[in-house]
Amino acid sequence: MAVAVPPFETFYESHKTEVFRFLVSRIGRDRAEDAFQETFLRALRAYERLEHGEHLRAWALTIANRIVLDGVRRQRPQGTMPDLVTEDGRPAYEELAPLTEGLPPKERAAVVLRYGYDLGYDEIGTALGSTEAAARQAASAGVRRIRSQSGDRPQTFAPGDLPTPRRSPASANPEEQQ
Amino acid sequence: MIDSPTFELDERFRAAAAAEGLLDVAYDVFDDTAMGPLLVGVTDHGLCRISFDPNPERELEQLARVYGPRVLRSTKPIERVHRELEEYLEGRRRDFDVELDLRGQPDFYVRVLAELARVGYGETTTYGTLAARAGNPRAARAVGTVMNRNPVPIVLPCHRVVGANGSLTGYGGGLHRKELLLRLEGAIL
Repeated sequence: MAVAVPPFETFYESHKTEVFRFLVSRIGRDRAEDAFQETFLRALRAYERLEHGEHLRAWALTIANRIVLDGVRRQRPQGTMPDLVTEDGRPAYEELAPLTEGLPPKERAAVVLRYGYDLGYDEIGTALGSTEAAARQAASAGVRRIRSQSGDRPQTFAPGDLPTPRRSPASANPEEQQ
Repeated sequence: MIDSPTFELDERFRAAAAAEGLLDVAYDVFDDTAMGPLLVGVTDHGLCRISFDPNPERELEQLARVYGPRVLRSTKPIERVHRELEEYLEGRRRDFDVELDLRGQPDFYVRVLAELARVGYGETTTYGTLAARAGNPRAARAVGTVMNRNPVPIVLPCHRVVGANGSLTGYGGGLHRKELLLRLEGAIL
């Protein structure tokens, strides 16, 4: 049987910190605050229609990512990246942030969601408003671009620096339930 | 520095969620009332829950099942109930003016709770009397069950229902709370 949708409070408390950090890493702290509220309001508007409580983390991150992309479309050029701390033990997506800075928005989103957040290509496809195949393509194009850039500047990046995904892409797609 | 949503950001979202009418239930927990911690839930229709359970997780699941999954802590919609409860517990209020939302309660429960609502401040009645008023004089035991599952204790005054011999009998929130409320109202010394 499918997992029941938890009370929104439980969902919100479980994911608010990660969503906020994701937004800060993508668009900086100032813009992250508005995007944070918009992410969870959007989640709340769709919450009633969810049929089960699986993949809610991926669902939250894809909503956040879509809001980032909407913002990028609305107001080019993109805001500057925040300075990132460089201490050990920081999450994978923070390590990725400086590497992906120069990528086009879709490639960057695909690489960050795949390697930083461990989402499946189907989930990323939904987040980017396209398909699983397009997401796979965007991620590999992004990785190729990072590698070629690092070829120019080997001191900043070696191909082995890309974190390894913790699991293989999931097949279920949370947005399909809507 | 760890990046987390600030308290202000968190509260701003919770307020916006309620202001946009996106919640099935808004709730809040009042930690230090004379009755101990109280969890209070309201819907668009009115007050739907008062709980003495200090661990709200079970409550939230229950609320989500009955009213819908969009259950979120949000202070603003609760303000009025909060004020009335405070006034009552300080002895400055005898009747509650808030609307109730008793959706999801079986018919018999609604009938019994409606009769219960007529039992005035400082009075007591018995399970048998209440059963008779609700149209079934032999249902005293069933009335006891309804009292035990009263979704909004204090406001619907199940503490004013006692045994035929005058003993306090029982209370969903623990007998000491029943005693405290009856003493507050001057029904017992």
